[in-house]
Amino acid sequence: MAKGNVTINVERCKGCAFCVEFCPTKVLALSSAFNSKGYHSPRVVALEKCSGCDLCGMYCPDFAIFGWRIKEAAGQEAPDAG
Amino acid sequence: MSALPEIVNPVEPLLRTERMPHIWCPGCGIGTTVNCFARALLESQRNLDRVAVVSGIGCSGRVAGYVKLDSFHTTHGRAIPFATGLKLANPSLEVVVYSGDGDLFAIGGNHFIHAARRNVDIKVICVNNLIYAMTGGQTGPATPSTAITATAPYGCYEPSFNLCALAEAAGASYVARWTTFHVRQLTKSMGEVLRKRGFCFIEVLSPCPTLYQRRNKMGDGLDTMKFYKEKSRVRNGAPTSEVALTKDGEIAVGKFVDRERPDYIESMRGRLSEQLGDRYVEMECPVCQ
Repeated sequence: MAKGNVTINVERCKGCAFCVEFCPTKVLALSSAFNSKGYHSPRVVALEKCSGCDLCGMYCPDFAIFGWRIKEAAGQEAPDAG
Repeated sequence: MSALPEIVNPVEPLLRTERMPHIWCPGCGIGTTVNCFARALLESQRNLDRVAVVSGIGCSGRVAGYVKLDSFHTTHGRAIPFATGLKLANPSLEVVVYSGDGDLFAIGGNHFIHAARRNVDIKVICVNNLIYAMTGGQTGPATPSTAITATAPYGCYEPSFNLCALAEAAGASYVARWTTFHVRQLTKSMGEVLRKRGFCFIEVLSPCPTLYQRRNKMGDGLDTMKFYKEKSRVRNGAPTSEVALTKDGEIAVGKFVDRERPDYIESMRGRLSEQLGDRYVEMECPVCQ
């Protein structure tokens, strides 16, 4: 059972792959599909390993990805939205 | 995916999302530093109406246009004078200068050393990509020796500035260096400077895959991040004279200086009250609420 999840904004991504490389549990891989600017955005390949640590979100230079913990998301409507 | 639609990126409220995607190249680290800064601001739980970002010219100068805070994109090299004016006119503001190595240390070098000497309570975040990136990759004051740039096709032969040593020698209260690889440490450092009084300086090494890494055959942004991971060594409290950067050598990172000095406003108040006694009355700040 995954403890977390990631949300990806495909259109903002520039395919730098920082999130793919530095994900501690290797949840992500670069997708073979292109976004409208021609970049390969990441996609989730091992969701069950995601801990929701949000390290991908901290590394992302394009604010295109972030991780969140399922427990926190269930407890409140929008985690850290303020 | 079962993503709940109401979950938004925690940094989203701090960004002018209508301007996204931003102009920074794929693999550029400036966005990562902004990400860390936004998270540090959120964690500090400051009133965001009292935070102002001032930036100069260059790639990192664009930060002022992307953060949803009071921000000011100033003339080349003059971010610190504008920020000093802002802070002195409205001391209740938290003023953050966000700029690059060329802007802060070449064109604005004099302003930097004097703001550090006076210990003006501003926080300077210097995104150091080792060259003048926006104008085409010319040699800048932080370019390490032997690096190839647009104006040094046979390798740079000028000695470069050691920014941390310069900041310490000029009198900064807080000096740290991180790379874009050290996101957690950088966020923590940014949180620390937001709580600290006095002139604080954080140097963040950032990849410039388009102009620096490409010419020097160092790969793309991701390769540079791996290079930072491999070459950096945390040396908290190390003497800043020993942390100079070289092209391929070790990158010393960490918090080098954290000291207490009276800041500019405090010194002014102290001296004037001592000399004038009761005659010294502080004017109420007309712009403060």
